[in-house]
Amino acid sequence: MARLKLAGVTKTFSGFDAVRDVSLEVADGEFLAVLGPSGCGKTTLLRLVAGFEQPSAGEIAIGGTVVAGAGVSVPPEKRRVGIVFQNYALWPHMSVAQNVGYALKVAKVPREEARRRVAEALALVDLDGFADRYPASLSGGQRQRVALARCLVAAPSLVLFDEPLANLDVHLRAAMEAEFSAFHRRTGTTMIYITHDQAEAMALADRIAVMDGGRLVQVADPRTLYREPATEMVAAFIGQGMVLPATVLSGEERGRCRVAVLGQEATVRCRPGERARQGAAVCCRAADLEPVAPGEAGLEVAVRRAVYKGGATRVEVSPLADPSLALHVEGDDAGHSGRFEPGARLCLRIRSGWLIPGASA
Amino acid sequence: MRQGRGQEVALAAAVAVAIAVFSLLPMLRLVRETVAPAGALSPAVIEAGLASRATWVATLNSLVVGIGGTVLAVSLGTLVALVVTLTDMRARAPFILCFVMPLMIAPQVTALSWLQLFGPASPFLKLIGLAPPLGSRNPLHSPGGIVLLLGIQYAPLVFLLVRAGLRRLPRELVEAARAAGAGRFTVLATVVLPLMTPSIMAAAALAFVSCVGNFGIPAFLGIPANYPVLPTLIYQRLAGGGPAVLGEAAFLSVLIGMIAMAGIVAQERMSRRRDYRSFASSLTSKPYALGRWRPAVEAAMWALIVAILVLPLTGLVLSSLVPGYGIPLSAATATLDNYRFVLVEHAASRRAFANSLGLSLTAAAFAVLAALPIAYLVAWGRQRWVRMVNLSIELPYALPGVVLAIAALLLFLRPLPLTGLHIYNTVWIILYAYLARFLVLAVRPAVSGFHQIDRALEEAAQVAGAGLFSRLRSVVFPLVAPAAMAGGLLIFMTAFGELTVSALLWSSGAETIGVVMFSFEQGGDSKYAAAISAVTVAVTFALMLATNLAARRLPSGVLPWRD
Repeated sequence: MARLKLAGVTKTFSGFDAVRDVSLEVADGEFLAVLGPSGCGKTTLLRLVAGFEQPSAGEIAIGGTVVAGAGVSVPPEKRRVGIVFQNYALWPHMSVAQNVGYALKVAKVPREEARRRVAEALALVDLDGFADRYPASLSGGQRQRVALARCLVAAPSLVLFDEPLANLDVHLRAAMEAEFSAFHRRTGTTMIYITHDQAEAMALADRIAVMDGGRLVQVADPRTLYREPATEMVAAFIGQGMVLPATVLSGEERGRCRVAVLGQEATVRCRPGERARQGAAVCCRAADLEPVAPGEAGLEVAVRRAVYKGGATRVEVSPLADPSLALHVEGDDAGHSGRFEPGARLCLRIRSGWLIPGASA
Repeated sequence: MRQGRGQEVALAAAVAVAIAVFSLLPMLRLVRETVAPAGALSPAVIEAGLASRATWVATLNSLVVGIGGTVLAVSLGTLVALVVTLTDMRARAPFILCFVMPLMIAPQVTALSWLQLFGPASPFLKLIGLAPPLGSRNPLHSPGGIVLLLGIQYAPLVFLLVRAGLRRLPRELVEAARAAGAGRFTVLATVVLPLMTPSIMAAAALAFVSCVGNFGIPAFLGIPANYPVLPTLIYQRLAGGGPAVLGEAAFLSVLIGMIAMAGIVAQERMSRRRDYRSFASSLTSKPYALGRWRPAVEAAMWALIVAILVLPLTGLVLSSLVPGYGIPLSAATATLDNYRFVLVEHAASRRAFANSLGLSLTAAAFAVLAALPIAYLVAWGRQRWVRMVNLSIELPYALPGVVLAIAALLLFLRPLPLTGLHIYNTVWIILYAYLARFLVLAVRPAVSGFHQIDRALEEAAQVAGAGLFSRLRSVVFPLVAPAAMAGGLLIFMTAFGELTVSALLWSSGAETIGVVMFSFEQGGDSKYAAAISAVTVAVTFALMLATNLAARRLPSGVLPWRD
């Protein structure tokens, strides 16, 4: 049974489609990340699911019950969703225990039971002993955990995260990621996680839904998303993929086909049933481009810039055949050899790549 | 560099002198009169004051109407702020303009309007045939009437502060509560109102100080009912005894000052315990959809405007049109004679219009000029003492007007030392008091204007080689001038119909509009008082509308009646 189902959901703000025709199913207990650049409509999508916005068209169902669309509009307080906000949104006038127990108080849960469940929730996020503290005296990570405990105490059917780690520093982020992940395993709650950080999405989610310009572009597990991006946007957005113009020379055979990229032939992965065609596009990762000895067959490029990354060098290059294309390869730690000086020539071989289905560059 | 510092020191010194003359000096003089009447420490004045029964009666009455008025103002102002800010009510801007209007009308005009509305001679009640028989008591001549009018007068003050607080309420705090299953009213009771308590308490303190210090309303409603409060007691003592009773008046005004300060200190104390420095807000809450209740709520809100603004002002205008006391108003009897009388024929009244116009224009102009450098030092200055001194500019305005009036009397009763200049019994003493009292009304908007400007603009001028005075003149002041001018406008509107200060400082030839209007009403000539009041209300309203047109160029939050 799908815990969350969106069918053709559209949200229009004064003539502008913030969310356009999004259909999506999230399975019970699934951890789905919604990933996209800022302004892609992902926060609007979350607010639609929570009930703070009404869809202009389409239908939203939680746990098999329609909550929005076709004349139905269930207010947020009746949807049994939990939300973890980016800025935590802890009520500053309530103690930690009062914050966490708020939903139970509103639902008139008997006091003893409420106290027990608050204590359990606090224990779950390792905050025993913090019950009487006030949000102002907590660190960022502790506040985030209180927000987590608060949204879980009422056993919601669905938990929504709105960029919950955006306000934390890098070290805390990694720790909280691990915590969210462990948390999802323990509780088995369905979770929707909004983020613009692909590393976060990759680390946490069972599946990732990529949004762009209000549309859902691709929904897939992280590995598929990385290896087999459905569009050029996904290819470029995930893992800094390079999109190269290509001509497909042969049809698909055991998941591979021959392509010509800037005059170089290469073998790349592809979907079943691909045929020879013009104007195709190939997605390559930095590791897919391999420097070869001068004189060997390969793509001739000029170095534009080398950026030392600590332990490795990111070398930005442009093909001589098409200087408007920006590519990058990984160089070794030794930037001193002069090989990566701006203007230096390199020769690259395309080891592998992915033929972007149906797209042209 | 040295030259730059010299200019800075000169500027700071000039500001320090202005503040000393207009803020510290009168307050110190007042305290000296109370604790050391003849130049030597003596408890005589305090003992005499405490022994007087009238002191205790007036103090108790002041507390009763002060607390009553505050409770009413806070309830009404908060309720209206909640509805206006949190719901999807339509036509918000005109509603706010109308609701804030009573704050801009002089209290004695409010009092007169309501008296005209409910009195036995009320042309309005006569028109609808509900007037009580002539000679019966006006129901507003009572403590209840004073509380009602104080509440209406200062509800807009509470409204403005609570609304400002509500607009800073982060949307997520409300949404988190709704996601937790709380309905609208539960969210209101458990999240919104608790978070608003600092705003509401600050508003309550301000309303309390204003109610306790108000002179116009208890003068019009309380004196006929023989219900003295501290400001009217001071006025009556001085009117009866002249400068001989200044010592007692000084004691009484220090007493009001202390009651007012107690209100502010209590609020500070309570606020500190509930300091919710909220997280940086993202967006303000989406308004609650009223749905099918929307027309009903909107109708109720506008009915409120009719009750507190339209009806009293109608009563005022109708009264200004009747030819004589008790004569029913009809198309045949209506006359503009009263207007002609107060504007043209009556010498003192004509003079008063000229005086008030001159006084309020001068006070406004001077305050704007002084506010720019003061605000510059307060907002951007590096001298720590300036910030402390900022408090002392607030003091003459925060304290009731009678306090300052008595202080000015004490300062200028004798000729000024060295010069031999005597400004007692001239308009100049009123001008001095206006400057001291209203300066802060121009400083506040100018300070907020500075806070909304990027300091880098000045620093860029400095890097380009401009000295302090030259960059103030060419870069800084032009940017802040609109805000300070808006403050000047507030001063003009407040001073134009002002009564509290001038009632104690006026003299023959140096009357103000408020004073003339007050004496007409005390002499039983309500129709003339109503005509004068109608003119001042018209001027005020015209200025509010006119500035609304120019408001786009002002920093936000400078004009109280504009959203």
